[in-house]
Parts: sequence; structure tokens; C-alpha cells
Amino acid sequence: MNQHDPSNKPAANESAANKPTNPAPCGGCGAGASENRRGFLFAAGTTLLTIGGALAAVPIVGAALAPAANRNPNKWLPLAKTDTFVPGDTVLMKFTNPWSTPDDGVSRENACYVRCLEPGKFQVFAVNCAHLGCPVEWFEQSRLFMCPCHGGVYYEDGSRASGPPPRGLFEYEWRLTDGNLEILGGRLPGLQEGT
Amino acid sequence: MSEMTPKRAIFDALNWLDERTGLFWILRRSVFHRVPRNAKWWYVFGSATMMFFTIQIVTGIVLAMFYAPSAAQAYESLVYINEQVPFGWMLRAMHGWSSNAMCLMMLVHMMQVFLHGSYKYPRELTWVAGVFLCLTTLGLAFTGQIMRWDADAYWGLGIGAAIMDRAPGIGNQLRAVMLGGPQISGATLSRFFALHVFILPGSAIALIGFHLYSVLRQGISEMPKAGEPVVPATYRKEYEERTHKTGVPFYPDAARRDMVFCGAALIVLIGIAAWFGPMGPGELPDPTIIEASPRPDGLFLWIYSALALLPPASETFLLLAVPPVAIAFLAAIPFIFNRGERAPSQRPVSVLIVVLLCTAIGVLTWLGMSSPWGPKMDAWTSTPTAVQYLQQRTPLELQGALEFQFAQCRNCHAIDDAGGQRGPDLTDVATRLSWDQLMRQIQQGGGNMPAYGKALSSSEMQALVAFLSTLDGGDLAATLPGALEQQPARDAVPQADANPAANSSR
Repeated sequence: MNQHDPSNKPAANESAANKPTNPAPCGGCGAGASENRRGFLFAAGTTLLTIGGALAAVPIVGAALAPAANRNPNKWLPLAKTDTFVPGDTVLMKFTNPWSTPDDGVSRENACYVRCLEPGKFQVFAVNCAHLGCPVEWFEQSRLFMCPCHGGVYYEDGSRASGPPPRGLFEYEWRLTDGNLEILGGRLPGLQEGT
Repeated sequence: MSEMTPKRAIFDALNWLDERTGLFWILRRSVFHRVPRNAKWWYVFGSATMMFFTIQIVTGIVLAMFYAPSAAQAYESLVYINEQVPFGWMLRAMHGWSSNAMCLMMLVHMMQVFLHGSYKYPRELTWVAGVFLCLTTLGLAFTGQIMRWDADAYWGLGIGAAIMDRAPGIGNQLRAVMLGGPQISGATLSRFFALHVFILPGSAIALIGFHLYSVLRQGISEMPKAGEPVVPATYRKEYEERTHKTGVPFYPDAARRDMVFCGAALIVLIGIAAWFGPMGPGELPDPTIIEASPRPDGLFLWIYSALALLPPASETFLLLAVPPVAIAFLAAIPFIFNRGERAPSQRPVSVLIVVLLCTAIGVLTWLGMSSPWGPKMDAWTSTPTAVQYLQQRTPLELQGALEFQFAQCRNCHAIDDAGGQRGPDLTDVATRLSWDQLMRQIQQGGGNMPAYGKALSSSEMQALVAFLSTLDGGDLAATLPGALEQQPARDAVPQADANPAANSSR
């Protein structure tokens, strides 16, 4: 490879080629024993490195892929007292991401739309367009949700009105607890979530 | 000792260094390697890409001294860099614009290599490394946009998550690994930071190393000539003979052009950075601020446009299946088209592909800037109806004009080019649709328009149709007869059509 390599190298290679097996290192043990030992050392080295590598990979891969193992990303989250909602109205409500850490800053807060059908009866929509997740905006007058990205439009009941979305708005499960409206949230709404 | 002059001492020291390291040998092999004499201005784009990459590394390192890769502080630290750090704004401007320049030079370089057929035997792996470098560079550009941690970054991640979510079976897991959790959060920024400053630059450096090594090993391809096809059996021998006979050393002969082009490109970059300044950060990355209108950076605008214009049913397939297939095909090109003519004049299909791709991406990017497929979200409050469309109207028609504004019709429909572009311009809608047709269209929707039957009362709808029936583009004669017959109010203002303002609006 290197033209400037010390010139004795090819000679060394040549002598190695001429003598494929090294002379026995000690008088008592034969060439076969030396061969065995080298073979054993190589096998041991390979095995130890494989085991060590696998052990080292556990925390590395484990930490990096840990989020994929979260099978239950949703939690019941309080939104507001039910009597704050006016039947017929759709309002934007905020809730805190249940998985938030102090590191999240303003992105800790999330939003959803609460549509009050009648006292105690609701529809809670994700703000994320079912097309590609952009934030949809509610228009009271035309009773439509419109998406600024690719023009997805939804009716007030969340059903798709026009544009590229493959379905209506995602809905959160909700329940009433002691006069509070709670939603089952935490996972960024998306197509994998069913309803 | 007596012979030792300073010159001699330096020479001895260099000799010692060369003997111990062998570095000069590598330097000689790379800097003075012979290149074809005709490798001229077409060959400068790869060097320019690498120069901009170097700028990215250096500016990136200094930016990392100030940037806080935490979702709670990233935005503020960028504002701090822009406003407080000496030359901070310029550093961010250079990093942002140099990213665009790097991508541009890379794409031009790739196009040149493709058009000249330089990927053919024996440079297959140089091309493959180039394809991966292209992906790495685009990855750096996308993750860099996330580093800005503003509304565009946040919703850009939302779009990424939505795309992952479409993957059948593993979508949920893919998405969780990408976001670092079930939601876009600080963990997401940390992941993208690791990608942007460690994983992708590391990969890029390794790939560039291999790419350059391959260039040195296989030699720079000659300018293609029609009638001189690549024949693998004889190519290498002939190439070596030719470059040995007629070639020139890379330095200084060929390097001169690289130096001129890179120097000029660097000065232009600094000019652009100083003139246009840093990119963002934009709005706060607060997902409760719904009035965001997320847009990707220019480089990715064509994808954004394609997603609005493609048939929705094909999207999942196009998003998930086409990119891997396209990348695999791109990498396989030198193996499929391994030999034969290199000259563009002999490869019309290749030229056509480049022209078509450039045109398509150019048009989609241009469309992405105005995005006419999206509603103009604030048109109903920010775009008033011009006075000439309101003069001499009946109270009912004027009420309709209000409905037109307040029911957000304006967000999708323009009058006289003012307003949304999603639906048709309604300046002369009365010449196309009768009263009944207008009524039905509003009530039932259709043709990508939502139905307003439940949102508007019957009297509101009457008023709206009355107003729309006056929009004849200033030419009452062209109005459909049905519209006039069923609109008695119209007859009360026979002067409307003679209104000079309305006529001049055409």
C-alpha cells in the first residue's frame, strides 16, 4: 500500500510465506497444540466480544427505543367543569401533556375542541387534521373546521366535509367525574388510534 | 551542525514527519493526482458542496456554544443568539443559507454526474455513496429546521408523525421512536438534536471520506463524448493511459477552477446571509396557538405541495412505498446502466427525466409559496369586498354580502382576485350559475365545497344568493337568464350594470 513503508516489510512477508507454521514455542508441545491454543483464543475472543457487545447494546438500544414500548400512552385528563360549556357551542380547551417534563416549555400545553351537544353530552375533537396533523381552526359562523395546510375541511360534528383528509376529525374519549369533563388523552392523535 | 541552515532544518523536520506518518505520500496522491485535461467548469459543484458543508460544521460548532437544546429554552436561546451574541445573527444566517446552498450545489452536482453518465463503470460505488450523502444532507436540512423549535418546527414534526402513523402495523412504534414519546415534546427536540449534531454529520463525514477516496481511486471521469461508450473490459486501461498522457495534476491545474468558484460562492453566500439575515425563529412552538399556518422550508415545499395535489387515496402508498423504492432505484442506476454511451446527446431519456423532475419540483415549489389549495384563514376578516360590488345593491343583497364575509366564504372564494384561491373566483359567478344552482351549491355543497345547509338559515342563504347573483363580472348581459327571472330585486336597480366602477373592475 504505502510506497514509503520500511523496505523490510515485504521481506518479512516473504519469510512468513516460506514458513507457514511457526516453530513450536517450546520443545515439549507440538505444532498441533499451538494451533489449538490459537484457535481457542480466537473463539474465546469472538465469544467474549459478542457477549460484551450484546450487553453494551442493551442500555443503548433500550433507551433509544424505549418510547416504542409504551403500550398505554393515554391517561384521563381533566378539562373543566361541565357547566362551563354552553350547549351548541364548540370551544378550544387546553390540557397539559400527561407525559410532560420540566424540559417541555410551552409545548407542554396541548389543545382540543369541545363541542357541547346538550348539558352532559359532548364531542371532543383533536386539533390535529386527520390528513397530516396540522392544526385545524374552528369557525363559529360557518360551523366548519378548516385546515390551513392542504385545505381539509370538517363539519361541526367532526365529519369530513372536503379536502384530502381520509376521515373525520379524531375524537377523544370523554367521561364526567364529579361534574368535571375528562378526556382520555396523551398520545398525539393519529390514524393508528382507531376512532 | 555547521551545515545546518534554517531552510535545511525545516526540510529535515518535514522529512522526519513524512517518514513517521506517511502523510505526505497521501497528500501527494490526492493533491497532485492526474485528472483529465477536459475536466473544467462542470466539475466544480462537488467541491462547492463540500465547502458549504465545512461552513456548516464550523458555524454549527460555534452555534452549539450558545444554543440550548432543550424545548424550554431553545427558542429563547435562538432569540438570544440573534440579538445578544456578537455576530450571532450572522452566524445563524450563514448556517441557514449555507444549508440551502449546500443542498443546491449537491443537487446540481448530482444532476451533472447523472447527465454526464459519470456513475457508470467503474464509479458505481462513488454514486451510491453520493446517493446516501444526498439523503444525509436532506436529513440534516430537515432536522435543522426542527432545531429552530418554533411553530413550523412543531407542526413539521406533527406532519412527520402523521406520515409515520400511516405505516401499517409498525406506525405506532416508528412514531414513538421518532418523537421520543407519545407526544411532541422536549424529548423530541433532544432526539433531533442528537441526529442533527452527531449522527447525521458523523455519517456525512464518513460518507464524504469514502466518496473522495473513491474519486481518487477511480479517477475523475472525463467529459463525455458521443461515440465513446464505456466498455468495462477496456475502460480502466484506456482511462489510465489517457490521463497519464494528456492529464494534468489536480493541483494547481484543475483546482484553480474549484478555487475560483468556491471563493465566489462563499462571498455570494456571505452577501446573502448579511442581506437576508437569519431564518426565524417564527411563532412560539405552543400547540394551543391554533392560528398557525405551518410551512416547511423552501427545500421541502414541493413535497408539501404534492401532498395537497395528489389524489388522497394514493397518499399513503406514495408516502410510504415510493420513497424507499425511488431511493433504491437511484442507488441501483449505475448497476442497471453500467456501460455504454455517456454523452447527454446519446441519452435523451436521461435528459428528459432531469428536465421533467426539475420542472415538476420547480412548479410544485412555486405553488407551495402561495398554496392556493388551502383556505386563506383570515380572509373573512382581513379582505374586504371592494366597494363597486356593494354599490347600488338592495338591502337583501347587502345582507348577502355580509353573509359572504362572515360565513367565511371569503376564505376559499376570491372576488376580483382578493380572497382565498381554494374555490373558484366568484367575480362573475352569476354568469355561470343560475339562482337555483347557486342555492343548491351552497345548501348541499359538492365539488370539494362543504354543504352550508346546516350552518346558514334559509333567509341567510336567500340573502347570500341574492348577493352572488349580482356578481356578473360587470356584464349583466352575460348573466344567465334564470338568475334574472328569479331575482326580482335585481330589477329594482336597473342602473347597477351601468355602474362605471363595476365595469372598470373587469
